[in-house]
Amino acid sequence: MNSVYAHPEYLVETEWVAAHLNDPAVRLVESNEDALLYETGHIPGAVKVDWFTTLQDRVRRDFINQSEFEALCSGLGIANDTTVVFYGDKNNWFACYAFWLFAYYGHRHLRIMNGGRLKWTQENRPLSKDVPAYPAARYHASPPDRAIRAYRDDVLRQVEHHLPLVDVRSPQEYTGELLHMPNYPQEGAMRGGHVAGAVSIPWATAVNPENGVFKTADELRRLFESKGVLPDQEVIAYCRIGERSSLTWFVLKYLLGYPRVKNYDGSWTEWGNLVGAPIEKGPGQ
Amino acid sequence: MSRPGKVPDRLAQIVEDFELCEGREKLELLLQYAESLPPLPAWVAADESSLEAVPECMTPVAVAAELVDGGMRFYFKVPAESPTVRGFAAIVEEGLRGATPEQVLDLPADFYLQMGLQEVLTAQRMNGMSAIVAHVKRLAVAQLA
Repeated sequence: MNSVYAHPEYLVETEWVAAHLNDPAVRLVESNEDALLYETGHIPGAVKVDWFTTLQDRVRRDFINQSEFEALCSGLGIANDTTVVFYGDKNNWFACYAFWLFAYYGHRHLRIMNGGRLKWTQENRPLSKDVPAYPAARYHASPPDRAIRAYRDDVLRQVEHHLPLVDVRSPQEYTGELLHMPNYPQEGAMRGGHVAGAVSIPWATAVNPENGVFKTADELRRLFESKGVLPDQEVIAYCRIGERSSLTWFVLKYLLGYPRVKNYDGSWTEWGNLVGAPIEKGPGQ
Repeated sequence: MSRPGKVPDRLAQIVEDFELCEGREKLELLLQYAESLPPLPAWVAADESSLEAVPECMTPVAVAAELVDGGMRFYFKVPAESPTVRGFAAIVEEGLRGATPEQVLDLPADFYLQMGLQEVLTAQRMNGMSAIVAHVKRLAVAQLA
């Protein structure tokens, strides 16, 4: 058993970030579940992205397109060679979503700050309310990397070939007892349950709740392998709208080094509404 | 049959202030509310069992209520790292301060849609507001019993 992460270079610690606050080659990006948290104080020099107002298309159900992504990076002072470090609240949940989107458009130098806001504040490190402005950068995005994004047809193929699907929602959502996360009724679906054949590995089990830091490689490997999710097969992770599963995608791809992992951002709000889609209810596997 | 409820005057003024703000200004105003949420009064802070948890998934919210000269007072405890929900709580705290229990019950459950915050926060994030409104109504019912 190998006890180190497969690609530790995608993770930075709070100490590293503290030592690079004024590094022009590094851009810190805060991405939170709470839309106002950045404004109450953030790591000095960090810019904000909001998954709804910054990263989503305002009309269609989709995230921003390639040219909008280029404009976003340019405005945040992110060039193609900038090292972008994401962090945020709630176990880096939305930070991982932003990371996934940047990876989709081919940004090469990406990091997650281990522990996120929680660990940074626990360590009494500085926060600032100053919103920085950086000179616009030139940015050219790569064509979308379809290898990390699953569409519904990919999920159906996964079901038909009995390949691993990881459902990272709460156990109640997985069994079909709930049609939505507790108190998130507007993210519901017509049907409850999980994609036929999917295993349940709730997203937050990959993180230590005390400080938001990822669990060790050995712990993570046990978590996924015990459910039959192995590196030699393509894996698709999903949740309700594709954000919690971004964290699982990050864990599988970078911390455990699974070569073929996709995030299904349509997730349950698409699958549970899709006519004829194969669904199972109950405790499953 | 049901008739349209009424938004108490204090709250109606807050709703209008939000309605008049555009885009980012709405968030800035919500942040001002988040920062203005009063601390718990001594009697609540001394005995946190007087607080009831609002069942909400991602953010632990607790609220206590009392009747002062016939008007409701609500006291909220919301973590500092959840400013959006603190903002919702502060709007309800200030907007319903002094309203009678009957007025609280008469408040339309979707009164906040007029503020337009769903345009900048997503409809999903407004569920915190729904949960708070549903809970203060339960506390108002308790005062009538």
